[in-house]
Amino acid sequence: MLALAAAIAVLPLALSNNYFYDIAVLVGLNAIVCVGLNLLIGFAGQISLGHAGFFGLGAYGSAILASRYGWPPLAAMFTTTLAVAALAYVVGRPILRLKGHYLAMATLGLGVIIYMVITTEDKLTGGPDGISVVPFRIGGFVLQDERVWYWVVGALLLLAVWLALNLIESPMGRALRALHSSEVGAEVVGINAADHKVMVFVISAVFASLAGSLAAHYSGFVTPGKVTFLHSIELVTMVVFGGMASTFGAVAGAAVLTTLPQLLTVFKDYEMMVFGAVMMGTMIFMPRGVVPSLERLFQRRRQSASAASEREDA
Amino acid sequence: MQYLLTGLTVGAIYALVALGFSIIFNASHVINFAQGEFVMIGGMATVSLVAAGLPYLLAVPLAVAAAALVGLALEKFAVEPARGASVVTLIIITIGASIFLRGLAMLIWDKNLHALRPFTGDAPIAVAGATILPQSLWVLGVTLAIVLVLSWFFGRTLLGKAMLATSHNRLAAQLVGINVRMVLFVSFGLSAALGAIAGILIAPITTTSYDVGVMLGLKGFAAAILGGLGSGVGAVIGGLALGIAESMSAGYLSSAYKDAIAFVIILAVLFFMPSGLFGQRGGERV
Amino acid sequence: MSLLRVEGLSKKFGGLNAVEDLSFNIQPGAVYSIIGPNGAGKTTLLNLLTGVYQPSDGRIVFGEHDLTGRAPYEYAGHGIARTFQNLQVFFNMSALENVMVGRHLHERCGLGSTLLRSPRLARAERACREEAAELMNYVGLHNYLSAAADAMPYGALKRLEIARALATRPKLMLLDEPAAGLNPTEALELDDLIGRLTGRGVTVVLVEHNMRLVMGVSDHILVLDYGRKLAEGPAAAVRNDPKVIEAYLGSAVAHDGSLGNAIAGAVAVAVEMRR
Repeated sequence: MLALAAAIAVLPLALSNNYFYDIAVLVGLNAIVCVGLNLLIGFAGQISLGHAGFFGLGAYGSAILASRYGWPPLAAMFTTTLAVAALAYVVGRPILRLKGHYLAMATLGLGVIIYMVITTEDKLTGGPDGISVVPFRIGGFVLQDERVWYWVVGALLLLAVWLALNLIESPMGRALRALHSSEVGAEVVGINAADHKVMVFVISAVFASLAGSLAAHYSGFVTPGKVTFLHSIELVTMVVFGGMASTFGAVAGAAVLTTLPQLLTVFKDYEMMVFGAVMMGTMIFMPRGVVPSLERLFQRRRQSASAASEREDA
Repeated sequence: MQYLLTGLTVGAIYALVALGFSIIFNASHVINFAQGEFVMIGGMATVSLVAAGLPYLLAVPLAVAAAALVGLALEKFAVEPARGASVVTLIIITIGASIFLRGLAMLIWDKNLHALRPFTGDAPIAVAGATILPQSLWVLGVTLAIVLVLSWFFGRTLLGKAMLATSHNRLAAQLVGINVRMVLFVSFGLSAALGAIAGILIAPITTTSYDVGVMLGLKGFAAAILGGLGSGVGAVIGGLALGIAESMSAGYLSSAYKDAIAFVIILAVLFFMPSGLFGQRGGERV
Repeated sequence: MSLLRVEGLSKKFGGLNAVEDLSFNIQPGAVYSIIGPNGAGKTTLLNLLTGVYQPSDGRIVFGEHDLTGRAPYEYAGHGIARTFQNLQVFFNMSALENVMVGRHLHERCGLGSTLLRSPRLARAERACREEAAELMNYVGLHNYLSAAADAMPYGALKRLEIARALATRPKLMLLDEPAAGLNPTEALELDDLIGRLTGRGVTVVLVEHNMRLVMGVSDHILVLDYGRKLAEGPAAAVRNDPKVIEAYLGSAVAHDGSLGNAIAGAVAVAVEMRR
């Protein structure tokens, strides 16, 4: 955790111009979503192929309330988040009764329906062209510059990670992990599976929605481009790539997979292929994700190193 | 009536795609998210081959074969190495494959829409107060033929019966000497072929492009779920039902949300009838 | 008043009557065994008694509460705990954490204090850890206090499930074939453990095939056959019931009375399925 804070504090030294700050902010926003999504996928063992929908609702909610109706951005964000939480709660109950592929499809359907509503109700949402968003304002202070945003998002990411870690290491976190391992085993010791699943679903939706609201204000506009099935998949890939059941893995995954397309703009045409290949490759060879696999690698090295030194001593 | 005919045509395509999903699901309990890409490959490959001067009679089988090869490759290189992985892992692998294939298609071909000439002309035929394109008749006819061939295959041939046996009980099938890996291999090839045929059939009506697979794949999957994952009959009926529902709602309700119908149906089925119309109910032994 | 009252309980799966019109009472403080050939409906019965299955008919009354049709976590909340024939251990955590999960019902911690890591939570966690360790020692797992669940041998895992079930502070414990897969020494230790459980005030219900264990440890036996009650009563009576002997085809093999117990002229019955 300290390492992450240090990394965030030190990184600006490496960022030479605004473009890199921009990428860093995007990484941070994606990371916030991923930390929440990781709670759902990695710890609770569920899946969602529709989280871009919650991200989009957060973005559009803030955009519409703040820009169309002139609400103060903070109030807009707060209200939107509440609304998304309510939606996640209402939809979560029936959806989370499903498991495996069926759950995946249901969340996919949800995400796509959100996308279609956003694209079709163009009087409200600007349709495929989107709408522009006023910058984030608290009182008289306007949040404009990439560098300022970097510190804001960095701080919020640290907060998100801290909250997630607290949840994981608590009795509730244990209950979630138990649910993941054996739902019936968890139920017979008194864990209300449905309630817990819905709770973590709502929490992950809230993280996504908040990140969406921030992204809207940061970019200055919203379009349906970020609300697609593809983006939902990207988010899931970031979580799984970085390491399921590893909060830092989620951050790492977000970092790598957000910067990867930027690096690949040179190979713009090959971008899709590479992305798809990365997804397949990671899942086939490192199904636990990068961070846990690396951890294991180091653990085994350390064990064989200490075993070797023991043999030497003996 | 017009809506019914359009719906049946589209529905037949969904049915073919859904059959592909069901076949693979039966063999391996994997949802192949790349199914839609086989549809795309079928259409696009045919376009290229025809543009290169090949007659339809050659181009079509070659395109189908190409798609089947891709399907086999997918199974060999992406699915088989990940045997026994979790649901999430497999889902991501097939989604990754689908993205990869789409990227590849973008490179090999381009991002434009391509038209394919209808098989037998494009003069609409009047039927019961509505019109139907000759191509639609091809769609319906070929789909029917395929359904018949598949029922013969699964019911009468040894390989077909082996595949059915594997889908009911993999372990038992292995114990009686069925090469389960071969079954899996073949199912991917077969599903890919089915998808490709669907893509070729529909291309003259709706044009084709590198990303036509996404929607078709998802809707085919909706049809498979509606009919009950793993049920061939269900896939066909689900496909037709979905096509008709889509067409009707586009006509009578709002055409803007036409595409959403499939997903609303997915959610409705999953909430109320997760095993679909013809599927089996699962259970866990504790 | 009986601890658990079952009236006319039935469970149908399609055309199969897994459990049919079952009625019995369980008194507090005793050790019950449920025996019967494979397929007699024993595990189905346990699943019904813990809410994992919903009954097709009948009632389940625990103390004063009618628990028919409730969810498993509610059964646990009323004080019914169980172990599983097919282990449902949480392999993604340590052994100690497995037992700590058992304490879930007694850890009331709101979302707020969870997310913000209040000092109250820290104190509760420490208490939870200590109690879990105590339970592990109690069941004889003192060698595994810092082990990961997926590194433990089968016999230890069975005891881990018992520790986890105990952590819920149950009034009634249902053990589903706890001796399956155990060697004779481990089975003896299990026998001892069950005795201590009753000493702790827990009523124990055992589903078992191991006849020596059953005869040695039980006060009452319920015999199931094809989902119906075949016989019920004190151990000695059931053992001599002609209907029970008939249901269990097999040679009575005399074993040396290693239980060292007078009642135990324990006959190990070779159980064969007869369909």
